[in-house]
Amino acid sequence: MPTPTRRERYEAAQRRRSLIIAGSSTVLVLAAIIVLVPMAPGWDKVKASFFNGDVLAQAMPRLLDAFMINVMIFAWSAPAIAVLGLLIALARDATSPALFPLRIFGAAFTDIFRGVPVILTVYLIGFGIPGLGLPRPWNSPYIWGSLALILTYSAYVAEIFRSGIDSVHHSQRAAARSLGLNERQVMRDVVLPQAVRNVVPSQMNMLIALQKDVSLLSFIGPVEVFRQAGVLKSLTANFTPYVGAALIFLAITIPATRYADYLMARQRKERS
Amino acid sequence: MPKLALRGVVKRFGDATVCDGIDLDVDTGQMVCLIGASGAGKSTLLRCINLLEPIDDGAIHLDGTDISEPGLDPQAVRARIGMVFQSFNLFPHMTALENALLAPRRVLGKSREEARPEVAALFDRFGLAHRMDTYPDQLSGGQQQRVAIVRALAMRPEVMLFDEITSALDPQLVGEVLDVLLALKDEGMTMVLATHEMGFARQAADKVCFLKDGKIIEEGPPETLFGAPEHPETRAFLARTLK
Repeated sequence: MPTPTRRERYEAAQRRRSLIIAGSSTVLVLAAIIVLVPMAPGWDKVKASFFNGDVLAQAMPRLLDAFMINVMIFAWSAPAIAVLGLLIALARDATSPALFPLRIFGAAFTDIFRGVPVILTVYLIGFGIPGLGLPRPWNSPYIWGSLALILTYSAYVAEIFRSGIDSVHHSQRAAARSLGLNERQVMRDVVLPQAVRNVVPSQMNMLIALQKDVSLLSFIGPVEVFRQAGVLKSLTANFTPYVGAALIFLAITIPATRYADYLMARQRKERS
Repeated sequence: MPKLALRGVVKRFGDATVCDGIDLDVDTGQMVCLIGASGAGKSTLLRCINLLEPIDDGAIHLDGTDISEPGLDPQAVRARIGMVFQSFNLFPHMTALENALLAPRRVLGKSREEARPEVAALFDRFGLAHRMDTYPDQLSGGQQQRVAIVRALAMRPEVMLFDEITSALDPQLVGEVLDVLLALKDEGMTMVLATHEMGFARQAADKVCFLKDGKIIEEGPPETLFGAPEHPETRAFLARTLK
């Protein structure tokens, strides 16, 4: 091995130094938490009612069953949101005068559904539409609750798609038009593929947020994981099922976030 | 009849008149170079010819047909006029080959298989055959610009417009792109260039136009315009540029 240069020796020393500092500060903070939190006056009570291992073991299978409902609602809502969000984004950027009503509609849509808290939309649609006296199965809270989520999230997703469309440099459009492509082809073949790619991380974050907000449907009926945790809390007179529900969410959202990061990193590498 | 004829072309952006009554004839197979300082209106004029910018007054004739008629379908005209840009503007999400196949497929309605042999032959001709399946950002600037030229040629245009296509290139890459222009000239392509490459314009152009403030101040064969410019503005510009 060649002798390290002056600079390599310096950098190695710097690396050792930051490792030591990072390590010791992490140990310090962890130690402080482990030592200080149990010293709080209510710790024993909190520990018994939030971190009860027996209750957790009991609750987990039923929580996981209930979580399947979250997964189901998520699974049919997410594609609908992607499609509707994209359509609204395209409608808002439409230039043809015949599509003017669509533009107005798109603008009103995003204003309304971004402006109202999700839980309110869930209540209004989830209770309001079945209130029209629809026959089974059309009065199901699954349908109308999902619709509330789809409408709300489409409004956000549409705005993200629009920012993605704006992020494609106008010279790309000029190049495509100069080749003889019409506006629709310019959008479909040149602008949209780049726009969608540019907003993958933002849209992944929307997916993660949606996964969590599915729980809001519990307020209009479906016994999904949050509601199930509430039921178990009442049965066991213990809050640990909520912690269990939180753990289930984390088990999904943390890998999902990491995966989004990984996708972006890979994409950057591929294109450089 | 000239292939391309501009008559009193005016283009305004707000209060600024960027092209101020431009008359220009380009004959079939001619190479016309537009020279002049940045902001003289060269690029805008090219964009007007390709109908990327609507003109405010005057007319542009291609083969005697007024293509600047408002309401005319611009796609059909653009399919006949190729354009290459200073910043290449390749589509980064497609390989070089896909870039060049897009317009033949979408505009001419050819299938990938139908369009491929002709496009592949263009890549081959300009020494890019081994780079066809590469994404633009893995190509050098000179290669990117040559792919952009191939992409425009894939539509078999009758006229090619080149907007300062070597200005964004490292000096040692300029030559390979200018060689492509010479090859096209030999083939009889009708070309209009906005360029800062005075040496190239002098050597290769059939006609050189000096633009200032949106007007053609002086035009003529390169020997005259570079060798014995008549107008004091032309002399001043050349003195500054060729110093």
